[in-house]
Amino acid sequence: MSAAAMGRARAGRKAPVAELPRLRALMVFGGLALLFVVLLLRSLDLQWLENGFLQGQGAARFSRELELPAHRGRIVDRNGTALAVSTPVKSLWVFPDKVEATPGQLKELAHVLEAAPRALATRLHGADEFTYLARRLSPDTAQRAMAIGIKGLNEQNEYRRYYPDGDVTAQIIGFTGDRDRGQEGIELSQQAWLGGTPGSRRVIIDRRGEAVEDVAAIRAPQAGRDLALSIDSRIQYLAFRELKAAVDRSKAKAGSIVVIDARTGEILALANLPTYNPNSRDKVTRNRMRNRALTDTFEPGSVMKPFTIAAALEAHKITPDTVIHTEAGQMTIGPNTIHDAHRAGPLTVAQVIQKSSNVGAAKIALSLPAKTMWNMFTEAGFGTPPQTGFPGEAGGRLRAPNTWRPIEQATMAYGHGLSVTLVQLARAYTIFADGGELKPVELLKTDGPVAGVPVIKPETAREIRHMLELVVQPGGTAPEAQVPGYRVGGKTGTARKVAGGAYERKYVADFVGIAPMSNPRLIVAVMIDEPSTGDYYGGSVAGPVFSNVVGAALRMMNVPTDAPVDNVLLPAKDGGVKEES
Amino acid sequence: MTRVSLLLLGVLVLCALSLVTSRHEARRSFVELEREQARAHQYDVEYGQLSLEASTWGTPARVEKIAREQLHMQLPTPARIAIVDVPAGAAR
Repeated sequence: MSAAAMGRARAGRKAPVAELPRLRALMVFGGLALLFVVLLLRSLDLQWLENGFLQGQGAARFSRELELPAHRGRIVDRNGTALAVSTPVKSLWVFPDKVEATPGQLKELAHVLEAAPRALATRLHGADEFTYLARRLSPDTAQRAMAIGIKGLNEQNEYRRYYPDGDVTAQIIGFTGDRDRGQEGIELSQQAWLGGTPGSRRVIIDRRGEAVEDVAAIRAPQAGRDLALSIDSRIQYLAFRELKAAVDRSKAKAGSIVVIDARTGEILALANLPTYNPNSRDKVTRNRMRNRALTDTFEPGSVMKPFTIAAALEAHKITPDTVIHTEAGQMTIGPNTIHDAHRAGPLTVAQVIQKSSNVGAAKIALSLPAKTMWNMFTEAGFGTPPQTGFPGEAGGRLRAPNTWRPIEQATMAYGHGLSVTLVQLARAYTIFADGGELKPVELLKTDGPVAGVPVIKPETAREIRHMLELVVQPGGTAPEAQVPGYRVGGKTGTARKVAGGAYERKYVADFVGIAPMSNPRLIVAVMIDEPSTGDYYGGSVAGPVFSNVVGAALRMMNVPTDAPVDNVLLPAKDGGVKEES
Repeated sequence: MTRVSLLLLGVLVLCALSLVTSRHEARRSFVELEREQARAHQYDVEYGQLSLEASTWGTPARVEKIAREQLHMQLPTPARIAIVDVPAGAAR
C-alpha cells in the first residue's frame, strides 16, 4: 500500500466523525483531571491526615485488649489446709440515670439480692453517679441478678479473700484490703510473694467475637504463689481453745500462746486474745488486731531465772548442788530490799529454780560480772527482734551492761528491769531443749533440720532441763503443768506490771515449758495478762494451759510417751509453792 | 525453560494453598488453646473454692462440736488409757 492510499483511507474514515470543538475537549479533559485530583487529595487525606484515627477505628473493630486476671496465692498451713483463699466474686453497679427497669423487674432484683425494695429504690434514685448496687456477690447470685435483664445494670469481677479459721489465726495471717492487697500480718509481709500482677493481651477477634490470634505485646499475668506457713492448724486451734479457756477462767485482759518446734524453731501455733473475725471486720479495733506475742513487750518475771543460772553454770561459779542461803526470803541491796514469796532457808541451785527464789537468783546473779549475764541474755536473743519478718515485731529492752546498778542486776536475774516478747521467750528456751543451740524462729514452713547457734554447753542444757522438770513436781511452783504420759518441765513467772514508773498490783502470769523431757519436741510459752480473780500465779493460771496443749499436741504428733500415764502427782491441798516475780 | 516455569508455578500454588491451610489451622488451634486456658483458670478457681469449703467443713472447732454434741464423744481419762509398747521390728 502506498502512502497516498493510506492517507486517503484515513481521511475517508475520519470524515464522518465530527471533530470535537477544541474548547469542549479541553473542558472534558479538565473535568476528568479534576476528578483525579480530588481522588488524589482524598487518598492523601486518608493515608496521612486521618491515618491514626482510621487505624484506631479499624483496630477497634477487630482487635481487643483483654485483661488477664491474676489471683492471689493461697495461704496454707504446714499440712496443706487452707487458711486464706481468694475466690472471684461479682459486684453490680449502675449509673442510676441510665437504668431502665419496670417495677416488676426491680422487685425481682430486690428478691435476688435479698435487699429491701425501698432501700434499693433509694440507691437507684439517690445519686446520679457511679453507684454499687451490691458488692462481692457470689457468682451465682450475680448471674441470677443479671438474668432479670435490667438495662443499665453492669457487673464487675472482683476477688474476695476468705479465712476459714476465722478468729483462731486472725493476727498471724492478717487480712487484705482494697484490690486484695495485704494490709496486716503475713498478708502484708508476704505481699510480694502472694500478690499477682494482672496481665493483658491484644487479640484479633473474628465476627463471632472469639479471639483468633494474639497480636504482639502480651503481658503475661503473674499469678500469686501459694504460701505454706509453719503453723499446724490443729495445734493452733488447740492452743487457741486452751488459751481462751484460761483467759475466761481468770477474767484476764489479754493472753498469748506460742508453740515452737524445739528442733526446727518453726512456730506451730501462735494465738492471741482478744481477737477478731477477719471475715467481717467492720467494727474491729486495732487492739484486737495486734499480734501481741510478737509486737508487745512485757517484764517476764521468773521465767528468766534459768538464763541467770545457765550463765553462772557456764562460768563455773556454781553447780546444780551448790547451796545458796536465801536469808529468810529477804535481801537488801543498797536502799532496796527484794523478797521471796515465802521463806525457804538454804536451797540448792536446782531448788532455787524449783521454788523460784528471787533472793537465790539475785545472789547467783551478783556473783557474776554484769557483762557475763548480759552476754547470756543477748545470745539467747533478748533485746533484738527475732527476725520472723512479721510486720512490727518488737525486740524488747535489754540495757547495756555498763549501766547496770547492782540492784538492777539482781532484779534482772528474775526478769524485772528488762522486757521481752512471748516469741522471744519461747525461742530463748530452745537453748535448753536442743543441746544448747538457739534456733532461728520461723513462721514459714521449713524443710529438714535447721542449724542453730551454740549458746551453752549441752551438759548445761541438760542440767537446766533437770531443774525445769523439778518445777512441775510436787514442791515446785507448777504441779498444774504436768502432762499424763509425758515428762515435761518448765518455769513459771508472775510479774507485777509497771505503770508510770511504779509497780502496780496488776500481774502478768506466764509459763514456758519443754516437752517431752527425754527428747524435747515442743516449747510452749503462755502469757496471761492481768488475771483478775485473785489467783495470779504463773503456775496455776498459765500452767494448766501448757499441760492441756502439750498433752494433746504430742498425741497428735504421735510422739511416744516417756512416762507411765499415771505419772501426775499433785501436792497435798495448800501444800503448793507459790512465787512472786 | 517453560517446563521449569510451570513446575515452579505448581510449587508456588501449593505453597500458597498450604499457607492458607496452616493459617487457618493456627487460628483454629489458637481458639482451642484459648478455650483450654479459660478452662484451666476455671478449674483453678473451682479448686480454690473447694479447698475453702473443705477447710470450712473441717475446722477443728466444728469437728469438736459435732464429736462432743452429736456423737457424745469425750477424751479418755488417764485411768482409761493403756500404753502398749511394740518392740522394734515387730509386725506392723
